[in-house]
Amino acid sequence: MNVLHDILILTTAFMLVFLQSSFTPIRAVLGAQVDLLPSLMVYTSLTGGVTSVTLLAVFGGLWLDSLSANPLGVSVLPLFLIGFVIQKYRGLILREQPFAQYMLGLSASALAPVATLALVVNLDVHPMVGWFSLWQWIVMALGGAVVTPIWFWVFDRLLSALSYRPLNETSFRSDREIKRGRS
Amino acid sequence: MLNKRYYIALGIVVVITLVLLKLPNRAASQLKMALGGVYLPVHGLAASVGHVANKATTAVLPRSELVQQLEKAERENQELKIRLAQFEETARENARLRQHFGFLKQVQWKLKLGRVVGRDPANWWRTLRIDVGTRDGIVPNLPVLTAEGLVGRIAEVSYAQSQVVLLGDPDCRVAVMVEDKETREQGVIAPASSSPSDSSLVELSYLSRNSKLAPGQRVITSGVGGIFPKGIFVGQIVDWKSVGYGLYNEARVKIQVKMNTLEDVFVKMP
Repeated sequence: MNVLHDILILTTAFMLVFLQSSFTPIRAVLGAQVDLLPSLMVYTSLTGGVTSVTLLAVFGGLWLDSLSANPLGVSVLPLFLIGFVIQKYRGLILREQPFAQYMLGLSASALAPVATLALVVNLDVHPMVGWFSLWQWIVMALGGAVVTPIWFWVFDRLLSALSYRPLNETSFRSDREIKRGRS
Repeated sequence: MLNKRYYIALGIVVVITLVLLKLPNRAASQLKMALGGVYLPVHGLAASVGHVANKATTAVLPRSELVQQLEKAERENQELKIRLAQFEETARENARLRQHFGFLKQVQWKLKLGRVVGRDPANWWRTLRIDVGTRDGIVPNLPVLTAEGLVGRIAEVSYAQSQVVLLGDPDCRVAVMVEDKETREQGVIAPASSSPSDSSLVELSYLSRNSKLAPGQRVITSGVGGIFPKGIFVGQIVDWKSVGYGLYNEARVKIQVKMNTLEDVFVKMP
């Protein structure tokens, strides 16, 4: 179950980065590309363990940076920190509620680009940041928020389709069986 | 409360990040291109799917439309042949005059066609990836252009792909000149700070305060700097203003190439 979960998450992250790089209609219409890795991290941190969070942060971040002009490794830490904080408080989060998922997706998708940009700016490179970046930030945050509940819906169905079905429990217990007749 | 494993994971991630960010530029670039290489099969698959879809669309095109397109192409071909003859004559004349005045002979550009396979997933860079790399003889800093004009320059190269920094990115500054009979004013193209929302506008700065500028004037590469050869069309001046307390002028230039719809580009080979 855990391995399957991790494989599904990593495959999705791999394809997401590819789509973010090659699927451009959203950018053409809204002027900003939506980053869906933070929303995927929300799902991962609420359903998986620390290994899943680390794997997604490292591989997702590196794949994203490899197709971008970002310095290599700059997206890893922000992604991991999002997963780390959510896991720390996940006992307090109503993870089954779509509104909670939406809000977490919104916060994560808003924080990830800010944290990444903060790192990028401190690395002596010059990203294009201006007033228009505010609009891009809003698009990224809202896009991530909308997609987060969809991850829960999609992965729940995928995992139930690909995993063994749990046996229905019966009230029969062999140690409590009343044996009739002479033995 | 988190257990020890979480803090070990945090430590590992921090170390990985620090090591990667502290890598020398060359090593980081090579590692980055190698990591990007895992997308090669996916890019290939996407291209094949696109090709099949294109073929399917062509197969269902009505014959009348094909004939119409063919006629149009033939007309254009005739027109271009006439123009070519005219240009060949001009080129011969140019060569004669160059010989006469002892100017260096102009070399014909060698161009390599590249297909755009992806764009930067981050919003704060203007780059794209093309499907030609070191196997095709591509090296960093080669100019990238289309028939419409300048696109940018090669930034990083892997075996089968290259990253192109587009005009308007802070990493792609181009020495240009205003192509006009009266003024041959030279300046530098940089990202437009006043209109970052419009990616088709860039800033032409360091123009002298006496420069005679007007909207619609053509801007071409000046050849200064050594990366971009002289004469590649960049765009047209939209407006201009005096800056630095009247010390110099700055103009906004509309880039001729539509970067958002680019599918194929040419790399000018050395």
